[in-house]
Amino acid sequence: MTKAVEERERVVVRFAGDSGDGMQLAGTRFTDATAVLGNDLATLPNFPAEIRAPAGTLAGVSAFQIHFASRDILTPGDTPNVLVAMNPAALKANMPELEGGATIIANEDSFSKRNLEKAGYESNPLEDGSLTAFRVHRIPMTTLTTRAVEAIDGASTRDAGRAKNLFALGVLSWMYGRPTDVTERWIERKFASKPAVAQANLAAFKAGWSFGETTELLDVQYRVPRATDVPPGTYRNVNGTQALSLGLIAASVRSRLQLLLASYPITPASELLHELSRQERFGVATIQAEDEIAAAGMALGASFGGRIGVTATSGPGMDLKAETIGLAVALELPMVVVDVQRAGPSTGMPTKTEQADLLMAIYGRHGESPLPVIAPSTPGGCFDAAFEAVRIAIRYRTPVILLSDTFLASSSEPWRIPAVEDLPDIDPAFARARAGETFQPYVRDERLARPWALPGTEGLQHRIGGLEKADITGNISYEASNHARMTALREAKVAGIADEVPPLEVDADPDASLLVIGWGSSEGTIRAGARRARLEGHKVALAHVHNLNPLPPNTGDVLRAFDRVLVPEMNSGQLAMLLRSRFLVDVESFCKVEGQPIFASEIEREIIARTAARNGGSK
Amino acid sequence: MSTETKNGNGGAPQRAGGAETLTKGDFQSDQETRWCPGCGDYAVLSAVQQFMPELGIPPHKIVFMTGIGCAGRFAYYMDTYGMHGIHGRAPALATGLASTREDLSIWVVTGDGDALSIGGNHLIHALRRNVPIKILLFNNQIYGLTKGQASPTSELGKITKSTPFGVSDHPFNPVALALGAEATFVARTIDRDRRHLSDVLRAAAQHEGAALVEIYQNCPVFNDGAFAALTEKEVKDANQIRLEAGQPIRFGVEGERGVVRASDGSLKLIDAAEVGEEALVAHDPTTADGSLAYSLARLADDPTGPTPIGIFRDVRRPVYGRGAGSEEDTSSESELDELLHAGDTWTIA
Repeated sequence: MTKAVEERERVVVRFAGDSGDGMQLAGTRFTDATAVLGNDLATLPNFPAEIRAPAGTLAGVSAFQIHFASRDILTPGDTPNVLVAMNPAALKANMPELEGGATIIANEDSFSKRNLEKAGYESNPLEDGSLTAFRVHRIPMTTLTTRAVEAIDGASTRDAGRAKNLFALGVLSWMYGRPTDVTERWIERKFASKPAVAQANLAAFKAGWSFGETTELLDVQYRVPRATDVPPGTYRNVNGTQALSLGLIAASVRSRLQLLLASYPITPASELLHELSRQERFGVATIQAEDEIAAAGMALGASFGGRIGVTATSGPGMDLKAETIGLAVALELPMVVVDVQRAGPSTGMPTKTEQADLLMAIYGRHGESPLPVIAPSTPGGCFDAAFEAVRIAIRYRTPVILLSDTFLASSSEPWRIPAVEDLPDIDPAFARARAGETFQPYVRDERLARPWALPGTEGLQHRIGGLEKADITGNISYEASNHARMTALREAKVAGIADEVPPLEVDADPDASLLVIGWGSSEGTIRAGARRARLEGHKVALAHVHNLNPLPPNTGDVLRAFDRVLVPEMNSGQLAMLLRSRFLVDVESFCKVEGQPIFASEIEREIIARTAARNGGSK
Repeated sequence: MSTETKNGNGGAPQRAGGAETLTKGDFQSDQETRWCPGCGDYAVLSAVQQFMPELGIPPHKIVFMTGIGCAGRFAYYMDTYGMHGIHGRAPALATGLASTREDLSIWVVTGDGDALSIGGNHLIHALRRNVPIKILLFNNQIYGLTKGQASPTSELGKITKSTPFGVSDHPFNPVALALGAEATFVARTIDRDRRHLSDVLRAAAQHEGAALVEIYQNCPVFNDGAFAALTEKEVKDANQIRLEAGQPIRFGVEGERGVVRASDGSLKLIDAAEVGEEALVAHDPTTADGSLAYSLARLADDPTGPTPIGIFRDVRRPVYGRGAGSEEDTSSESELDELLHAGDTWTIA
């Protein structure tokens, strides 16, 4: 039968099921097919910290959201247009975020009395009329998958049970006209060593697709045309973790220095260890250290030897590394600390995102111990931030903290692959012995950076350490004026980095009186919220900070150019506090500390509350 | 880089160009030593500086990394490369360096508080990984730099500033701890016995992989005489049980005492004449099974009576970081380009 095809500019799909239902897999496969199709996209996985929370319960619900469109996408979307609910708990957990008119595709086989009870339903929502505001499609996915798989030689009932996510993927792939070859190739590759499992998954996927095509249940197929407003280039889909590891490797290649990542397993930063541990062929060395402290120490030890020492962590791991970062400040050696921020305090919510380590990154060490802090704002931007962190660390002989977050690490988007030759060269400029001269380890260049003298270099033997150093000679010094001078030098060195920090770019409507300034992963939602407010006739200016310390040189001027300044952040007002203290500007905060990204709708609301619509809307 | 020539064993004696002519002076930095008068650290420093030329490794290929405590100052006094790190973390700092720079000879100097209290975790993991570093653990059974608190090797009942009613925490036996951590080289020596100290250091340097050398070191200010039983002329011969590979374990002024295995499997001290030479346990530090080394370590919990010194264990195991990449392995631009384009890509004109 021929079905209607409707065009959509943008769609948000959320796959939700039990954490054992393979929703992350279905979501990432859908994402890859969407990327290859040429839609712009953004994704957000959302899963419980427990690897296997009790099956069928609300605590065990795992979800993956993808927002795809024919024009530029700024966020993974606030509310889903389509919810795939593999069980009653997935439906219940996600209902609060559904708006009327949304489509629900439910695996009706799993809406048994027992599963309904586990999810806390007194009656079956598929039957009791409570979902009349939605377009509900009930599909017996378990039954249909089992039927598709049971004929395959060597496939077990268990394989059939586990393939229903591929069935759901097939249905959605049909609904939105996603290319099937990308997914089929992936299945064949992934299960190359288990032909029966590969066959089972392929059969489930095809059954889902055919179900969409033939059944009368689904009456419309949607088309989201490929994005046309994106700059030319070659693209791939990356999440923040992949981009970060690529950025570090690129910096290693461009500096011709070996990269060493020392890390201790912690959610969500472990993903970076997994990524880089596979890159031995790039000379990347990885160490799974005995603890967070050792990981930082190993990175710094490698830096002493002329390598790029990197350590990565999240949450409480940052607390433990503070001592070593302080040593790196005193030693004035390059080092990169990646902090994939997660919700705290303490263990907090390990799989949930937050931006609450900003002040800790800048100030969280004893004594006066300044260091540069960089924060990427998009998954792809993690590449640039990682490269820049290494470049600054080497150029200024300083530890650098890179503040990513859980959202950036796991969220993905199309990324324009940079040309290798366009990446700047990084010159480690190691110290060389000069005949007849005594080597001075704390003499400084025009940027106040000290020499990086590698063990193994004849004539440059020297001793460094955490005790205060005498200016120039590097000998131990307790002299009062020397300590004051060294403190000022370390401060001035880091402050001087501002000379090469790009100025804040301001995207301002003419006559805008409100500036919205953010940092880190909320850039997409801030821009999306502002776009909506602008469509309603509100005038606003936007700026986003990527260098948190030192701040861009024009920050004060930008802040003072507007009557009101709004700082949205996923903490209790940390950037706001910085801006207030540095520039004496009465900034206002919009704070969200829920372990969830800020929504575009919230930004829209906050902008509208502070601006009067003029000249009507352009809608 | 031209300064890095791999020799495959950063810690082993080498003959580098011109190194034959090295002297003790080549290893003395211009920094004034600032330990208390009479501190055992002076003797160890002097012995190390004296012995270093024997290795044939030029000073610029040697790195001393230290933690915090009196022993931590050691790095400043060697005219090699040095890093005075943070409390307890020297083995971690050294692991980062050793795993990426196998051309260097890396030495860690630490104390009983540094290595066994705040840095205990780093110590045992460096040992089990068999990182090619030589760890000199100066054990004076007290916190010196912080002025006299109990350390994890202070004996039970000891009155210190932090234990006015006596130490109640059971002490560590550093040699037994290192053996338990699967160390491949474990030895014990004494600050005041320069020849024994030098012999042990030489063997540690020869060892491929991690070496732990416990050095009984006298603190004349806060714990004077802690090792008198092993250092004072009148008693030392009666108390030093010198372990020598391949030899029956005998000690005493006339070698009249010995070590035998009792029926319950433990080791016992005995008059050698009572059992005869054949009954004495012969020392072999190279056995894969470390039980003899462990039993010997357990012969004396604190060094107030007969105490074994020498090499307890010296076995081979794969060395950490060997074969890891070096900067020559960093890939070319074209390989990077390939990596960036890995997976599904699409092009927009």
